[in-house]
Amino acid sequence: MDLNPKYRFDTFVVGPSNRLAFTAAQAVAQQPGEAYNPLFLYGRSGLGKTHLLQAIGFGALDQGPALRVNYLTLEEFVGQHHAAVAAGQLDAFRRSAEETDVLLLDDVQFLAKHREMQQELLRLSERMQAANRQVVLSSDRPPAEIEDLDERLISRLSGGLLVDLAPPDFETRLAILRRKAGERGIVFAPDVLETVAEIGAGNVRELVGLVNRLSAFQAVSESPLTPAGARALLVEEGSETAPAPHVATARDVKAAPAAGPTDEFSAFLSAVTRTVAQSIDAWRSTVGGAVVRWQGEGYRTGRLEALLQHETMPDVESELARFAADVEALRKLATEAGALDPSTAGHARFRDPDRVDEAAVFVQKLEEGAVPPPAPVPTLTMEAYVVGAANDAVVRAARLVTQEPGKRYSPLFIAGPSGVGKTHLLHAVGNAISQNGTKVVACLSAQAFIEDLLGAIEAGNVEWWRRRYRRADAFLLDDTQLIGGKEQTQEELFNLFNALFDAEKQLVFAADKLPSQLEGVASRLMTRFEGGLVVELAAPDRPMRALLVRRLLDAQGVKAEDDVVEYLAARPADSARAVQGLVNRALSTMDPSDPTLTVAAARTAIEGRTARLSQAQAISATIPSGIDPLLSSREKIVWDWPDIGDRLVEDQR
Amino acid sequence: MSLVNFTTREITCKIVYYGPGRSGKTTNLQYIYGQVPDDRKGRMVSLATQTDRTLFFDFLPIDLGSISGFTTKFQLYTVPGQVYYNATRKLVLQGADGVVFVADSQVRQLDENIESLQNLQVNVLEHGIDIRGLASFGADALHGQGVFETLKAVSAEVLRKLSESGSARRG
Repeated sequence: MDLNPKYRFDTFVVGPSNRLAFTAAQAVAQQPGEAYNPLFLYGRSGLGKTHLLQAIGFGALDQGPALRVNYLTLEEFVGQHHAAVAAGQLDAFRRSAEETDVLLLDDVQFLAKHREMQQELLRLSERMQAANRQVVLSSDRPPAEIEDLDERLISRLSGGLLVDLAPPDFETRLAILRRKAGERGIVFAPDVLETVAEIGAGNVRELVGLVNRLSAFQAVSESPLTPAGARALLVEEGSETAPAPHVATARDVKAAPAAGPTDEFSAFLSAVTRTVAQSIDAWRSTVGGAVVRWQGEGYRTGRLEALLQHETMPDVESELARFAADVEALRKLATEAGALDPSTAGHARFRDPDRVDEAAVFVQKLEEGAVPPPAPVPTLTMEAYVVGAANDAVVRAARLVTQEPGKRYSPLFIAGPSGVGKTHLLHAVGNAISQNGTKVVACLSAQAFIEDLLGAIEAGNVEWWRRRYRRADAFLLDDTQLIGGKEQTQEELFNLFNALFDAEKQLVFAADKLPSQLEGVASRLMTRFEGGLVVELAAPDRPMRALLVRRLLDAQGVKAEDDVVEYLAARPADSARAVQGLVNRALSTMDPSDPTLTVAAARTAIEGRTARLSQAQAISATIPSGIDPLLSSREKIVWDWPDIGDRLVEDQR
Repeated sequence: MSLVNFTTREITCKIVYYGPGRSGKTTNLQYIYGQVPDDRKGRMVSLATQTDRTLFFDFLPIDLGSISGFTTKFQLYTVPGQVYYNATRKLVLQGADGVVFVADSQVRQLDENIESLQNLQVNVLEHGIDIRGLASFGADALHGQGVFETLKAVSAEVLRKLSESGSARRG
């Protein structure tokens, strides 16, 4: 909007009520962006805000005709903004607004109605101030009293200079009346204007209205208006309308000595304001503001405070940007650390932007020191796994998995009855993938997984628990059937599965049943298990049992003829564990000094003290006398119970 | 004392009125007190003898409100003029940002003026400040003539130091 040439500094009537505003406006016009930025003028309607705003525009143009000066009311600003949004040219609008050297925004109290514009204005004023471009705003009330105004905007608008324009006092009113009468070329009788000024008016527009009324009356009357006539005219008219609020008369002024002398104080205040504005470097204010802000957010600001001691102006903008970046880095580190170990949240080491490196090292240590997920048992290796016709296909699949973890078969689901070597195979795959511990491999039984999760829930660090598993390069879960009915475990496992699967990490599951036969397992998990490769481990056949026996005997350093191996392999055993149980029993009777195992010894160990005795008799013979004969009952003899071998092996491990 | 605190956004300015006894230091403060609107001034603390002579010091805090975003406060002090209160004077001078020397214009008080000025010189020299060659104002403290001019001048001088020293601190 164009500036109105009537509104210049030389047409502004200055009095004590507006002197500060006037000097501030002049200072701004002489040095846009330097003196007070932003300058915020407020006062009731009709006290000269618009006049001063436009006068600043003219003043600035007088200083630098090339300056881009833009005067707008808030409504116009909003309208332009909306039009730009509608036309999809918001960026162009913003650029153009930011490139204005002096932005004069009138009636910003209407911001209360435009919350979205508050953001826009905040952004704009931040940019403009950063570029030392002048912002001048006017309102009928101070920023803090504008309803629903964003706190940040309040502080920004109040950060420059806030000046209020008070209603004119008697002398100012008289000066205004004289000037207006002069502009209109009307000559009033002596004391007429004094009388009018005494009657008073709350603002300048009313005063102009009074002059107009008087001149109109004088034009139609034959004799010049007398003071009494003017008073009669105006008071009579005034009584018809509501009396102007806050009317101070000349008598009031004289009666209250405080009003006159206050002038002296105002002049002093104005002088101090000028000096302070000239003396305080803007950059120090900016840095000081940043110190307050960051301290308020709990960060140490030693670096910025040191800046304030500089004799010359440092590169404030980049220093502040560097500081903000460091704070951002600290925030990230604090979040990371909090996820790893909630007890570190809010630690002081995340509060000093001068020591980001230390915080980073701390977080790194935390990450390294974070308890890794349970690793596979190192002794259960692929080499130690006995391969035969019964498990050849499964082992081949497992090897492919170890060659290209996550790429070939993920998930690999190993099903098979108890004791056929699922656990061994699982750990062997885990060990192969971990490559001597260089990769993080989580390998554990479902029971341990559940316990771990429960512990995390109790300790309130489930997020940390999740991250612990999610950083694994491979996840291998034994006894998967145990998650049946454990809803939360399944939920976590489901999420973990997806996270690892998406990251192409290897997943291996072992269970005693096929996925489709698992009980109490959600179908979304079941179908995911089936989505990879499902293999079945069968009970070892005789050749494989022979291989197992040989391996077990060799492992113990026992010399044995082939017939011993054949004998042991021929014993009925439906699992690798059962075979191991047989071998252990055969070894149990051996003389420690003689590492040779004979068929007879093995048979004695397995079938009884002598082949002639029945098993029951053999057992009862081993039982010391005095023990209840019930114990000799065959059912009580533990090693004949089908699964006892399982338990013993488990316990030993 | 810190004159400008950028972190708390405060400007605190301590000005001491100095001079021989009965030269009108307290009267200066009283006149200023009378001109400052009620909401801007604190209670004027005056420790006086029964004969209205300042025994210890007068203290008048003035709140100038927010200037350029800084909460600005002036603290005006007087010192007791009587020669034997030098310890108090030194105490009051501590942390002062500006000094107004109030001289008695009566010819017969010339010696007292000189004595007090020399005393001031000695006291501020301890802070490494030379007081020679400063501005002077004719004033009538009772009626207020020149009082605010003096205050304005000393404030301007003090505040200008902000940019000259380039530092936020002063001794």
